[in-house]
Amino acid sequence: MSGIVDVIRGGNEPEQGLKPRSEITARELLREVGAVLRMSEAEAAKLGDIPVDPSEDQTMIINMGPQHPSTHGVLRLMLELQGETVLRCKPIIGYLHTGMEKTAEQLTYMQGGTNVTRMDYLSPLNNELVFSMAVEQLLGIQDDIPERAVWMRMLLSELNRMSSHLLFLATNGMDIGAVSMMIYGWREREEVLRFFQKVTGLRMNHNFIRPGGVAADLPAGWRDDVLHLLEMIPPRLEEYDILMTGQPIWRDRLQGVGVITAQEATALGASGPILRSTGVPWDLRRDMPYLRYPEVEFDVVVGSYGDAFDRYAIRLNEVRESIRIVHQILDRMPGGDFRIQNKKVTPPPRARIDESMEALIHHFKIFTEGFKVPEGEVYMAIESPRGEIGCYIASDGSPTPYRMHVRAPSFVNIQCLPHMMRGGLVADAVAVISSVDPVLGEVDR
Amino acid sequence: MSDDTTPESVTAPEAPSELHGVPLTDSRGQRVLHPTRDQYIGLLRTLLDETFTMCADLTAVDYLLYPGRPLPEGIAAERFEVVVNLLSIERRERIRVRVQVPEADPTIHSAFDLYPGAEAMEREVFDMFGIRFDDHPDLTRILMPEDWDGHPLGKDVDPSRIPVQFSADFSKRSPA
Repeated sequence: MSGIVDVIRGGNEPEQGLKPRSEITARELLREVGAVLRMSEAEAAKLGDIPVDPSEDQTMIINMGPQHPSTHGVLRLMLELQGETVLRCKPIIGYLHTGMEKTAEQLTYMQGGTNVTRMDYLSPLNNELVFSMAVEQLLGIQDDIPERAVWMRMLLSELNRMSSHLLFLATNGMDIGAVSMMIYGWREREEVLRFFQKVTGLRMNHNFIRPGGVAADLPAGWRDDVLHLLEMIPPRLEEYDILMTGQPIWRDRLQGVGVITAQEATALGASGPILRSTGVPWDLRRDMPYLRYPEVEFDVVVGSYGDAFDRYAIRLNEVRESIRIVHQILDRMPGGDFRIQNKKVTPPPRARIDESMEALIHHFKIFTEGFKVPEGEVYMAIESPRGEIGCYIASDGSPTPYRMHVRAPSFVNIQCLPHMMRGGLVADAVAVISSVDPVLGEVDR
Repeated sequence: MSDDTTPESVTAPEAPSELHGVPLTDSRGQRVLHPTRDQYIGLLRTLLDETFTMCADLTAVDYLLYPGRPLPEGIAAERFEVVVNLLSIERRERIRVRVQVPEADPTIHSAFDLYPGAEAMEREVFDMFGIRFDDHPDLTRILMPEDWDGHPLGKDVDPSRIPVQFSADFSKRSPA
């Protein structure tokens, strides 16, 4: 027993925590206070409101999380406080790390979807989509995906964006103190999830979008269900506007809180609503289009101040844009196959197995051994509700990825936290975390 | 060559394309640069000046079990490879940088000064592969516990080897 413990306790890496000022160098301090841009001291002094760095005995380092209810899971923040002002902040992650990238190396490309869908559990369909697109790119079949599958993917991706943003509105409301908003947001999200359940069989972790297409066709009556959603949600969004957007308390809690500039956001690699809140009109759906996004009309919502209110407003209005896109998808949904008819990738239909030995063998091979993917490496990225989600796959020609890496938007966005919190109040820390909308499942993977 | 019918695939290896003095290859329609470790930071700086202002992703691959991967001529395959995906918002382009890192000396210069957003990603690569980034401001583990031994995404780590971590050691527990 003690041998095992010795193996486990063998490492001697330095601690991850936030150190007292006396133990760190000036450079580290500069980084920890969130100075990501190389600026001169004069420029730094002009930043204004930020309090002068005090001596150590006037400050206190406290932990927020990992079990704090407003940290959206198991995010731990170490905060250096002077009174109620946050001077430094360091996010400490890894509490949910389950080695999913290692797991991906054991799973075939067919099974891989079950793994990636659990990373960002609030937008599972986007995870599956980017994984499938990367595999298709490696197989060289990206242009052969049937039209119906492509439009179904778009439909699901947009509905998923809606459900994810509705949940953001709920949790953002709860974090700021608009507790009734929490119930409304979850209620509307549940309606979307009900549709997912009808289509994929599951509310979350669908494994529905697979390399080569989607797992099944849309069920009978799907159009009415979607139309019902599209009728129900817009008036509810109007209600949110009344409940929150115009309300002075709400605005006071969010406006001017957690400000970040476009330059800083780009330098930190932030994407999605965080980058757009700073006024950078960057949306992969429009700027590096995939699926059939060039054929639908929608606006990229941008903010101008880069504060928490902008990020809230962007997400609220992105739900409206998604509704616009879904309307167009409904008009244009083509018929035909829902997955590619390529024997290498797609298992034969159930009926064929009864009459054809070949089909049975194919079916057996695909589900036991998996299909082989040619050597090569590829990085694909799409716009998830949280920003750019990317999938890097290196294949050695075997049926399992040699290496699968997911560029998780939350993992990168979380680096903005120290910067947004600097000089703010500890009560605003909750609003800032909430406005970044991290999903710890994908931060830690 | 007088013969116009010569297929391009024959002539391609003779004149490998280059960008900024670094071999450039095409991987499924995506541009990939293969600098050496010495060229790495200089190349990133050139690319940064060339509007590749965002480091979208930084990761690594352990090629221990797959040394024969295709690489451009003149690039010797090493065990580790650091893969950086850069993004130009202005030009709406992506470019990938793959650097070979030998097992004997798994270090590479940090990209933190150019791309502050690479900080967490480099920590993750260090944590998962054991590649050290020189001049990184805070090279500590990020996902694994501090007292973990080894680097789990290395191909020499067998997933079934790792014992269950949190089973209590009752022999050491003091009597209540």
